[in-house]
Amino acid sequence: MPELTGLGVSPGRTAGPAYRMSPPPTLPGEVPAVADADAEKAAATAALKFVADELTRLSGQVEGTAAEVLDTESMMAVDPTLADGVARRVDAGRPAAWAVTDAIAEQQEAFAAIGGYFAERAADLADIRDRAVAHLLGAPMPGLPAPGEPYVLVADDLSPADTALLDPAAVLAIVTRRGGPTSHTAILAKARGLPAVVGCAGVLDLIDGTPVAVDGTTGAVASVSTADVEGIRAAAAREKARLAEVTGPGRTRDGHPVPLLLNVGAAADVNPNAEGIGLFRTEFLFLGRTSAPTVEEQERAYAEVFGALGTGKIVVRTLDAGADKPLPFLGLAEEENPALGVRGLRIARDHPEVLIDQLTAIARAADTTGADVWVMAPMVATAAEADAFAAEVRKAGLPTAGVMIEVPAAALQAGKLLEVVDFVSIGTNDLSQYTMASDRMNGELADLLDPWQPAVLELVARVAAAGRAAGKSVGICGESAGDPLLALVFTGMGITTLSMSGSVVPAVRASLAAHTRAECERAAEVALGAPDAVTARRLVAEAG
Amino acid sequence: MASRDVVVGARIGLHGRPAALVVKTAAAQPVTIKIGKGDKPPVDASSIIAVLALGAHGGDTVTISADGEGADAALDVLAELLARDLDAETEAAGA
Repeated sequence: MPELTGLGVSPGRTAGPAYRMSPPPTLPGEVPAVADADAEKAAATAALKFVADELTRLSGQVEGTAAEVLDTESMMAVDPTLADGVARRVDAGRPAAWAVTDAIAEQQEAFAAIGGYFAERAADLADIRDRAVAHLLGAPMPGLPAPGEPYVLVADDLSPADTALLDPAAVLAIVTRRGGPTSHTAILAKARGLPAVVGCAGVLDLIDGTPVAVDGTTGAVASVSTADVEGIRAAAAREKARLAEVTGPGRTRDGHPVPLLLNVGAAADVNPNAEGIGLFRTEFLFLGRTSAPTVEEQERAYAEVFGALGTGKIVVRTLDAGADKPLPFLGLAEEENPALGVRGLRIARDHPEVLIDQLTAIARAADTTGADVWVMAPMVATAAEADAFAAEVRKAGLPTAGVMIEVPAAALQAGKLLEVVDFVSIGTNDLSQYTMASDRMNGELADLLDPWQPAVLELVARVAAAGRAAGKSVGICGESAGDPLLALVFTGMGITTLSMSGSVVPAVRASLAAHTRAECERAAEVALGAPDAVTARRLVAEAG
Repeated sequence: MASRDVVVGARIGLHGRPAALVVKTAAAQPVTIKIGKGDKPPVDASSIIAVLALGAHGGDTVTISADGEGADAALDVLAELLARDLDAETEAAGA
């Protein structure tokens, strides 16, 4: 096998046998005749019961919404309406696996006709069908492989349900054919500390059990001999141990401080030894709600996170919702292009009370815990928006107001924004999406969404320069801040803080500690001068 | 045949947790309960697939009906459940 390359999205190296997600079973072209209708009905009923039991078992391994979805799916598998449909088709001469397939297709059409939430349940029915048909045909069960030894998971892409069920003790690394730097796979892998490569063409052609080496930093996936596997894993473990030996606050070899902060979504993500929190996402309080959480409920939740951190600042991002992450109580209209629509701070145009309540709750939680709380708004495009937001923050009694730089307009106007706010933080995920006009969720465009794209780096450099001129803090809180090489580039540009998932902090800390500030500045020059993203990454790595 | 018209109290409509609760309660009754909406033929209220396929939203009126001994009592139980805002309640319990 030639060496494959994708986009490294979660650093670390490992090696092990590759196993693919099992594809759904396909029915044989020739339909066998039904000899005994009662026996076929019994086989279909037993298969659906097996699926229901399996889904109930899986639901017991997870919590919250994922468990509810699996429980409802389990109820659907043994549903009387579905059983009637299957029996009718067996009576019409269809064998069990075909009868299940046809009966489910009928129900899927009924759901699709209603639309909305109901249409999404068609995917649950497809999952029931695939599992029941696999059981009836004796085919491998679709879903995550279970080879009985630690393995490299290979998939087209991972769904949220796959990622919820993934056992981090059994999976060494993840490689997907699709998926971009901000896909579910990338975020999950980083949270679990698993090396991951996405957008890796050709990876599905690997034969199950082939030993491969995976490098989640460079994106290289290569087949190796079984004898080499142990050695690669041992070297990776030594490397990890070496990184962990570098301790203390983030700084370059010559002592220039670059605080390494955490991206968190709940108190459980907070490491009390961190230098601070660079991005506290507050959506968890709002998603799936039919009414807005009260000020008191928000205050309790914020205080829990503020209290979990020992010392250091906490940057809270106000609600980042929109038509792509809908909140029923806001009653937002459906949009043709939700990423370009009413989201983030724009929600305050029609619902100022949601922002005011949130700021009130943050201010009270800051008071009770005595934490150093900074607040920033997402999806800001103009200095006027930044000014209005900063006024609301100060009215709530919070001293430090900032905005996220995610829209190219805001990056170009960074100097004017910094006249009205105390700090800015660059969200490279959305800045890449909007600069490159490439949907974050579209795995086919992973190359365009690469944060090493010269246009994105140029905008980051421009914001960093504006920050230096104003003498104000410019942080990065996108996934790219956790790339040990980009961390050097950003530091060289004059970025003041880097915020990332806790699992990647040791690699970034070690990378900074091995380079001087002048070397970082040189890395920034090299990256900005490169003709394309791939060359930029290669040149910086070689200079390393 | 006994029947009741009920306005669906769950603001999100009959799906997710509210639908699962209604179906489990209907299945636990001693009589078979049918549920219908508008012109559609009534369906088995103990079938999650059939209940989801009604596509009932919060505020919609649904008709439940049953025959036989205990039908009235069973309909009372289900009508009371349907009228409640089940989603808000389960949320509060989980908070």
